[in-house]
Amino acid sequence: MQKYILSVLVQNNAGVLARVASLFGRRGYNIDSLTVSETNNPGVSYITMAVTGDESILEQIIKQASKLEEVYSVHEISEKQALSRELLLIKMELTEGDRTALREIADIYKAKIVDLAPKSMIIELTGSTQKIEAFLGIMKEYQIIEMCRTGVTALEKDSAKL
Amino acid sequence: MKLNGSQILMEVLLEQGVDTIFGYPGGAVLNIYDALYDYKDRIRHILTAHEQGASHAADGYARATGKTGVVLATSGPGATNLVTGIATAYMDSIPMVAITGNVGTALLGKDSFQEVYITGITMPITKHNYVVRDVNQLADTLRSAFRIAKSDRPGPVLVDIPKDVTAAFCDFTKSTPCEAKKPPVADEKDLQDIADLINNSKRPVLLYGGGVVASGASSCVTKLIEKSHIPSCHTIMGTGVLGYGDPLNLGLIGMHGNVSSSRMVEKADLLLAVGMRFSDRVATNAEKFARSPKIVHIDIDPAEINKNVQIDYSLIGDVKEVFEHLLPLIKEQQRESWASEIAALQAKVDYQPLCCDDALKPPQVIADIYEILGEDIIMATDVGQHQMWAAQYSKANDPRRFLTSGGLGTMGFGYGAAIGAACAFPGKKIVHVTGDGSFHMNLNEICTAVSEELPIITVIFNNQVLGMVHQWQKSFYHSRYSFTEPNRKTDFVLLAEAFGAKGVRCTTPEEFQSALKNAATNNGPTVIELMMCTDERVLPMIPAGLTIDDVIME
Repeated sequence: MQKYILSVLVQNNAGVLARVASLFGRRGYNIDSLTVSETNNPGVSYITMAVTGDESILEQIIKQASKLEEVYSVHEISEKQALSRELLLIKMELTEGDRTALREIADIYKAKIVDLAPKSMIIELTGSTQKIEAFLGIMKEYQIIEMCRTGVTALEKDSAKL
Repeated sequence: MKLNGSQILMEVLLEQGVDTIFGYPGGAVLNIYDALYDYKDRIRHILTAHEQGASHAADGYARATGKTGVVLATSGPGATNLVTGIATAYMDSIPMVAITGNVGTALLGKDSFQEVYITGITMPITKHNYVVRDVNQLADTLRSAFRIAKSDRPGPVLVDIPKDVTAAFCDFTKSTPCEAKKPPVADEKDLQDIADLINNSKRPVLLYGGGVVASGASSCVTKLIEKSHIPSCHTIMGTGVLGYGDPLNLGLIGMHGNVSSSRMVEKADLLLAVGMRFSDRVATNAEKFARSPKIVHIDIDPAEINKNVQIDYSLIGDVKEVFEHLLPLIKEQQRESWASEIAALQAKVDYQPLCCDDALKPPQVIADIYEILGEDIIMATDVGQHQMWAAQYSKANDPRRFLTSGGLGTMGFGYGAAIGAACAFPGKKIVHVTGDGSFHMNLNEICTAVSEELPIITVIFNNQVLGMVHQWQKSFYHSRYSFTEPNRKTDFVLLAEAFGAKGVRCTTPEEFQSALKNAATNNGPTVIELMMCTDERVLPMIPAGLTIDDVIME
């Protein structure tokens, strides 16, 4: 099993996300993460999907998704060529002495403290999935109140083709 | 010109060449039916007993004609009753446009009376679906629906129209029927490569399915088979492409197919899989199916390539176009020694049904139907044992003459399908082969055939059990017949007569033959109930998940 990143261009219609998600559910493909955003063309939305599977599952996903009427294109971005980012928001409990430690860790990861309250702080971190995972590994040593991640959004790098 | 949404619907139907639709009225489609009142001389509307029957009728109409079937239903329960019919069409790639009414746009999403989110429900069983919230979008949306239904791999499309949109006015401009989109013609080199494989093959076998019928490719596929003398077998959806009596026709393959078909595929060095999808009823074990030959897969849908069975070569395209281009590249060959293996193999390995003079036996019943009514009949089946017997002993000599729910396996499909075929071909003999289980599901449609004076001949294989499940229980569940012996007391003769049809019960072949002759002269529907043996099994049978080496012959 391998991880793949797919970039999917779709018509910006109500329900298009449901169609893509329904296809995945029906065929039993697993989505690790999915982000949808508008593009510079208001009629087109951009979906970034991270999926896990083998080559044959990937081939099926691409072909089946391409058949959807509102899908313009489905394109696999190889790991080497993907510039991928995700955003993490994490709310930490502040006990005696933690504040300084958390600030230091945030500094090392170039994360931002975006909210501070007497008993908690929210840290924001943008980066590759690996970076977010590493940061979370350290945060788990402290008291996490709640957290959320956006999931991967990715573009293909032209420089990698040069 | 200014028209309201309902009139626009009528105009687009006419513009797209639709002259027959199947449906059932209701609150949300009152405006549409009001418009239909003015168009009834140009659009024939068949009122069924139930929306499910209407959906199967539209499907049967499409299967029999190759045109897009159209079904119309109201919101809520009317729409949900279409679901099985839409799924049936989807699984067999049948072009259909389903039109549903819905509550007015202001009431959408408020759990209004008879409101259901039908586009959500049908998302996974349609090629695409639409809600039209603006009458200005209606005509083009309907046109897209017709284009999508026929384009590439055909299938059903649903258009949901809220009630206020059916009443709102806008400008309407006539257009022309939509052109179905097809994939580009395969590249010359790829075609030549496939032709070389065929020309150089010593032992080719061709396996075709419903894609050949959908693309109207029967005659060019047959020409190629004859030119290169390729033994050919088919899935249930391919029934009728090659004449049943053709010496190169190996017949059905798969779970209940001929053993010789499977053996020829195993002995082959090249398998040409054409317009088929290696379903689990054909490739009962996907890993072990056709492991010896190289496989060439020719299909219109790229997603079918390597979906179920790993293949060696593929060609994406419309089967008819591909074969038209392939044919001149194919060398004439006789392949005497390879073709001569067929007859020897058939005599050696194929299942031979036992003859019986005084009892009604499935092979003879099917043979009698063709013998007495002619080989040009359209046969529609339900699902179960009778369906397999009808397929095994079919004498269809033409595609679109054997209508069956191959993919979804919908019990209750047959009567609706027969209605659709009967409406499409008024002069033709339409035979509906069914079982006592399947017929109970949608027998209410007899009333439709009576009202419309459709001379459908229903032949019920009444073995008092839900035969196919009963057979599996006997073979794989130690004869624990859990709820497959329903102990019904239905008198099908009285039932038929209660509906205003003719009914007759037969216990011997002679009675059946004479009943068929009488039915052939009846202007309305006839129901012939055949009293048959409970223990009859469909043979041969490859158990699910296993291979031809595990075939059950007795």
